[in-house]
Amino acid sequence: MSGLIDYRPYYARSFGLLRKLLRINWLFVLACCTLAGIGYAALYSAAGGHGEPYATPQLIRFSASLIMMIAIALVDIRLIAKLAWPAYALGLVLLVVVWRFGHVGLGAKRWIDVGGLHVQPSELMKLFLALALAAWFQRASYERVGQVPFLIPPILAILVPAALILKEPNLGTAVITMSIGGTILLGAGVRWWKFVIVIVVVAIAAPFIYHHLHGYQKQRILTFLHPGRDPLGAGYNIIQSKIALGSGGFWGQGFLHGTQNQLNFLPEKQTDFVFTIIAEEFGFAGSLVLIGVLFSMIAMGFYTALRCQHMFGRLAALGIATNLFLYCFVNLAMVMGLIPVGGVPLPLVSYGGSALTAVMLGFGVLMSIHVHRDVEFAASEE
Amino acid sequence: MRRETKRRSVFTRRALLVGAAQTAAFGAMGVNLYRLQVREHGRFATLAKQNSINDRLIAPERGLITDRYGVILAGNRQHWRALFMMAQAHDPQAVIDRFAALMALSPEEQARIARDLAGKPRYVPILLKDDLDWSDMARIEVRAVDLPGVFVDVGASRTYPLGPQAAHVIGFVGRPTQAQAQRDPMLALPGMRVGRTGIEGAHDRALRGTPGIVQTEVNVHGSVVRELDRDNGKPGAVVQTALDTGLQTLAATRLAGQAGAAIVIDAVAGEVLAMASTPGFDPGLFDTGVPAATWAHWMHDPMRPLTNRAANGLYAPGSTFKPCVAIAALHSGAITAHTTFNCPGYLKLGNHTFYCWQHSGHGTINVVSALQQSCDVFFYHTALAVGIDQIAAMGRRLGLVGSLDIGMPGASTGFLPTHQWAKRRKLVWTKGNTVIQGIGQGFTQVTPLGLATMVARIATGRAVQPRLTRAIGTVHQADGLDYGWPSLGLQDRHLETVRAGMTEVVNTPSGTGYASRLMLPGVQMAGKTGTAQVHDLSQAQEKANYDDASLPWKYRPNAFFIAFAPVAAPRYAISVVVEHGNEGAAASAPIARDLMTLALTSTAQRPAAKPGFVAAPQTVAMVTAS
Repeated sequence: MSGLIDYRPYYARSFGLLRKLLRINWLFVLACCTLAGIGYAALYSAAGGHGEPYATPQLIRFSASLIMMIAIALVDIRLIAKLAWPAYALGLVLLVVVWRFGHVGLGAKRWIDVGGLHVQPSELMKLFLALALAAWFQRASYERVGQVPFLIPPILAILVPAALILKEPNLGTAVITMSIGGTILLGAGVRWWKFVIVIVVVAIAAPFIYHHLHGYQKQRILTFLHPGRDPLGAGYNIIQSKIALGSGGFWGQGFLHGTQNQLNFLPEKQTDFVFTIIAEEFGFAGSLVLIGVLFSMIAMGFYTALRCQHMFGRLAALGIATNLFLYCFVNLAMVMGLIPVGGVPLPLVSYGGSALTAVMLGFGVLMSIHVHRDVEFAASEE
Repeated sequence: MRRETKRRSVFTRRALLVGAAQTAAFGAMGVNLYRLQVREHGRFATLAKQNSINDRLIAPERGLITDRYGVILAGNRQHWRALFMMAQAHDPQAVIDRFAALMALSPEEQARIARDLAGKPRYVPILLKDDLDWSDMARIEVRAVDLPGVFVDVGASRTYPLGPQAAHVIGFVGRPTQAQAQRDPMLALPGMRVGRTGIEGAHDRALRGTPGIVQTEVNVHGSVVRELDRDNGKPGAVVQTALDTGLQTLAATRLAGQAGAAIVIDAVAGEVLAMASTPGFDPGLFDTGVPAATWAHWMHDPMRPLTNRAANGLYAPGSTFKPCVAIAALHSGAITAHTTFNCPGYLKLGNHTFYCWQHSGHGTINVVSALQQSCDVFFYHTALAVGIDQIAAMGRRLGLVGSLDIGMPGASTGFLPTHQWAKRRKLVWTKGNTVIQGIGQGFTQVTPLGLATMVARIATGRAVQPRLTRAIGTVHQADGLDYGWPSLGLQDRHLETVRAGMTEVVNTPSGTGYASRLMLPGVQMAGKTGTAQVHDLSQAQEKANYDDASLPWKYRPNAFFIAFAPVAAPRYAISVVVEHGNEGAAASAPIARDLMTLALTSTAQRPAAKPGFVAAPQTVAMVTAS
């Protein structure tokens, strides 16, 4: 019986370096490069038609992280699974460091300096959480997942970093972290009614949570509800951003000709609002291309998850794909004024090293899952 | 293995569900993007344009005012001025202080700057100092680094080549008031001026022009990135007046040193060729700012230089009123050309004696001779015969009183009493009141403009409307040459009788204006002298035929003279008043003669009257555009 199940086609049996390279989803890598190319154009335009100070450094960073991604893709997924909990523990330590010391000597509490590199632990934590949860459920049977005590450690594993991230404070990333955890729990087979209970409890607790939000977080929610409330204050970003999108039209105002962008009406245009540059200068057509590439990458993430033969890979791929989706969704919805503004960049397009590195690390793991989709893990519980 | 399959199928189902939800979310975002970028593109494109395009208005050049031959009466002179944009300075007050150290600002200027600093938006340039010369400009430009936000631009100030000689009729301009600037944003532009009086005031709209627009692209800080478009606007229209610089200058020169007014009207066209009022003032001062000392001087000058005597001076016309009384009497049938009254030198009415200016009397006299010799007693009788209501009605018909649309704001209408008016004012109207009405004294108040209009109407028999404006831009303003003025509806023989009397005034040795007859061959002038007391004389003084020249200046009688010429084909009508000039014949008549001489000898440059102008009163009025 096992002979049939254990049968692998010839190409899948050997895991030499060349074979691994061939098994990488190169279409996904191409999509990454396309995205980085679009990002280069946007950052070039944001600087008023110059490579400096955004576009060229970002391209160098992307090239470095692309090599890192391919290197990770070649690492055996079983090793990554073994490192999942240590990585999670490291992420937790980094979050605590940020919480305790992050604000000492640094303007932003979300960052810490490690050997001259800016590290944003919350970005890494999302990946590490997904890997840790995937490792937790890797060997669990469907019945085991149904037992409440078995679910307590993973739920704590979600809530502890989420609380630390919320403390930074970074509401957006905290919600994304919890959403990723929830999605993995869902994929692992946690019963529907448990989700219903959590949703009901959150709905009841929401007013109390709102009460404890920071002033600027409340401000963002209020601004979202009434963008015209204070056009030159908190609502300014949303209004200018929508003007940029709307003035793009179908074909856009042309590369380097977006007035909102070139005349500095766009806030944070090279980071969180980078999409508005594309939308204004390349119009609806350009927006669709960008969204299409992002969507294809998420779809490929799901494809990897569904194709994978082991539970670790399935759940980790689901988490990584969902992370990418949430990045895109929150960023685009924010730019369009659909949800409150939060510091969520557009992956691979926005300027900034920390998020890029974290995202490419995740993509590396995703590629490793894809490469090692057929490997055998140690026997599961059943 | 079955359980592995179960786990996997649950994962697959739920992953597909999550994937479907994410796909739906992407779809929703695509739809929303389509709505924002394609459907609402127009609205957002407009918003984006407002964001980045800054329209700055630039003041148009004010239109010129010229005389009938194109001689400039009000022009513009370019000069430099220093402006300051608060938004471009970190510490505006420090910049102002440095500028003040460089340019020496007067206390008034400093106060105005402080007011502008506090009250104007940061992006609106405020005026620091006007009327800079080249060296001032150079000094500012050299120190430009120390003066962020200060820039020098070229402005225009109003110049009046004739200066005081035509100040009242041309008028002057001033800075718009705060209220005006708020109503019309165009007036808030630096350098914009508003016409206050005279022709500047009457045609202010046309003279202002259309402001230009400089469209610049600005960034979020409001600093200019580049200039997109420039429209210099339309300068104000040229207003061509009917004035004749030669006549205007002569009138002002001849009146110089006295308080008086002179008006020359082309009775055929209805055009005002000269309208002088003395003493004058420098109208350019109102543009740049009147110094306090000058203003105080004007206010305390007993000759009141700011008053436009030609249009606003109200005088008892004295004997120049007699032609009006004569026509009223002839028209109503109270007298005929042959009616005579006896003048013993006085008229006794009850216990009051009204003297003739000639105490020896004129004997038996008819209307023509009474006009010629200005017999007061004849007109006492005539006034009693015709009554003040008829006289007032004739005064209105002759344009002596009533509003005349001459194209200048604020002209006075004059006043003639009626019984109805007296009743309203609860005055007991006695025969004595009517008697002095007959010689243009008492309640009668007319303007020199009214007198000139009356002469023009008597001379032509038509309802001449004097006007100051020939053309605004290229639009010709209709006048009597385009269509004959309507008839006054008076019988020619009555008008002829009065004209004959006025002709004798100047052209017979016994006439009161004989000394001022024209010295031109074959051309005769008709006229009427007037000497109006401004101060009640006692009966004793009246009886003694008091010498007015011995009175203090302000009690001396006003001197009038009205005239038209040529007698054979009347063309020009003139009225002259010299305040406290003692005698019309001596003070005013020579001025009228000189003006008439010049008017008659410079006709070559004026269009001839159309032969048919006296006919066809039914011709429709029209404005021709050329």
